[in-house]
Amino acid sequence: MNQVNVALPKGRLGEKVYEMLKKAGFACPDMAENDRRLIFESEDKTIRYFWVKPSDVAIYVERGAADIGIAGKDILLEYAPDIYELLDLGIGKCRIAVAAKCGFRDRGDKTLRVATKFPNIASAYYEKKGRDIDIIKLNGSIELAPILDLSDVIVDIVETGTTLKENNLEPTETVVPISARLVANKASFKFKQEQIQLVCSALSAQCKEGK
Amino acid sequence: MQMNIEGLEQRICGLYRQYGYNQFKMNKFEEYDTYVKNKDFLISDKVITFTDTNGKLLAMKPDVTISIIKNSDDEASDIQRVYYNENVYRVSENSHGFREIMQSGLECIGAIDTYNICEVIMLAAKSIECVGKKYVLDISHMGLVAAILAAIGIDMDVVGEILHVIGEKNIPELNSICERYGLDASKTAKLMELINIYGPVAEVAEKLSAFCIDKETEKAVNELKEICDVIETYGLAQNVRIDFSVVNDMKYYNGIVFRGYIEDVPQGILSGGQYDRLMAKMGKKSKAIGFAVYLDLIERLFEENHEFDADVLLCYEKGVSAALVAKKASEIVAGGKSVLVQTNNFKRTCCRETIMITNEEASR
Repeated sequence: MNQVNVALPKGRLGEKVYEMLKKAGFACPDMAENDRRLIFESEDKTIRYFWVKPSDVAIYVERGAADIGIAGKDILLEYAPDIYELLDLGIGKCRIAVAAKCGFRDRGDKTLRVATKFPNIASAYYEKKGRDIDIIKLNGSIELAPILDLSDVIVDIVETGTTLKENNLEPTETVVPISARLVANKASFKFKQEQIQLVCSALSAQCKEGK
Repeated sequence: MQMNIEGLEQRICGLYRQYGYNQFKMNKFEEYDTYVKNKDFLISDKVITFTDTNGKLLAMKPDVTISIIKNSDDEASDIQRVYYNENVYRVSENSHGFREIMQSGLECIGAIDTYNICEVIMLAAKSIECVGKKYVLDISHMGLVAAILAAIGIDMDVVGEILHVIGEKNIPELNSICERYGLDASKTAKLMELINIYGPVAEVAEKLSAFCIDKETEKAVNELKEICDVIETYGLAQNVRIDFSVVNDMKYYNGIVFRGYIEDVPQGILSGGQYDRLMAKMGKKSKAIGFAVYLDLIERLFEENHEFDADVLLCYEKGVSAALVAKKASEIVAGGKSVLVQTNNFKRTCCRETIMITNEEASR
């Protein structure tokens, strides 16, 4: 039987999804030993997991290094990879939102300066609104940008809004809701269809239970 | 037998010739104007351009189909069959710069009928079969998908979005679109069914009847079913599958569309379909269907692991006569081995065995 390669995002989300997979019978005992290895194979060799940077999951899957993977909708929207999006896991829920300093008003008479980790999502959003913007791509600590007057607003992931509040910022508009998705490489889907469907339906069943 | 990419190219072209396709040789350059009108048809809209001595803007060809259409004879009553094996220049999906990409394919132009469509699908399947790996050719019917969307009353504005999620087999997103536009449950269910259908033509053809909603859909379903039957008689029923997630731009494609995959290559290596709308846009009355095989994606499969540069490393000291070295080298080659002649034993070269000719030996 063909081995299925699964790219899991490092961190809480990946661990949670692995727990779901374990429950569904795709366990890999080695994973319990919290060491620094990145690749783990199940005892019967039917499934292989690897931990990758969350924003790289889509690349591993698109290029076929992983047959399936778990990626946030934010990553999928930003990179628009050519893959199948099979399932909404309904976990890792948050949203991409526009945020600004408390009391900021966009009067629309100047080019809006937008700091973000997601230049494609931000441009698409403002293009739809017909707003002229200047994108400032940052890789972290986005909240700093409006405080230092580097930008007028930020477009970033908002979970609870605590980080924003502590920095005297507030969300003003929701761009898009985000959750974790099961994605598959298009070619792998053809040749490992049975196993991929198995994983997909197992996860789907647990998602429904969870609801 | 170890096959290489050149061997594969020859086999594929031989296959096309068997069915009466003639080779189309094209110019390296084409007027930029030819492409600019149909930019969306191209895989990438980036084209290498330059100005000719007479001031005309030319382009290094990014695509062959458009040139073939341009040169096709619209008045001819017979069907024109051409194949090509050309290098094209475009930005590849994976790298960010221009690349020279090897591409083979064929076009069938004229008053094409169901037989011609089946012939092209068969040749597409056989082309990727030539690679010698497990393969799958997924086919869809843009006419049927469009008719279904029209029959259940999907707004033209939403069609693009819906096609996109069908292409991703993205059921959760489809649900949210349907909710957003307030489609009723029965319509949503039909679209779901469309995404969920996937399998060899032999198994799936039956299920298509569910999509006979009105005259248009019925016509398209019957066409697709007839094609499925012919594919079975070609003996390809297991390798050709129906999959509506194969979506091409409706501005150009109107009928059968297909994409081919082989095991161990993560992307589709063949893509094609019936593009009467592109013909019409280019002022031609004829219908047309064709496909391209992306040989650059397959190339890596044939990379051999070269452990050795040659079988024998023949080293000689300075002063050994050239005649002696030549004689020795010829002997080795005559013995059926490859030889690499060097003056010193370079660390970089790696051969199965090493033979030294020293001055001492030479004088003997």
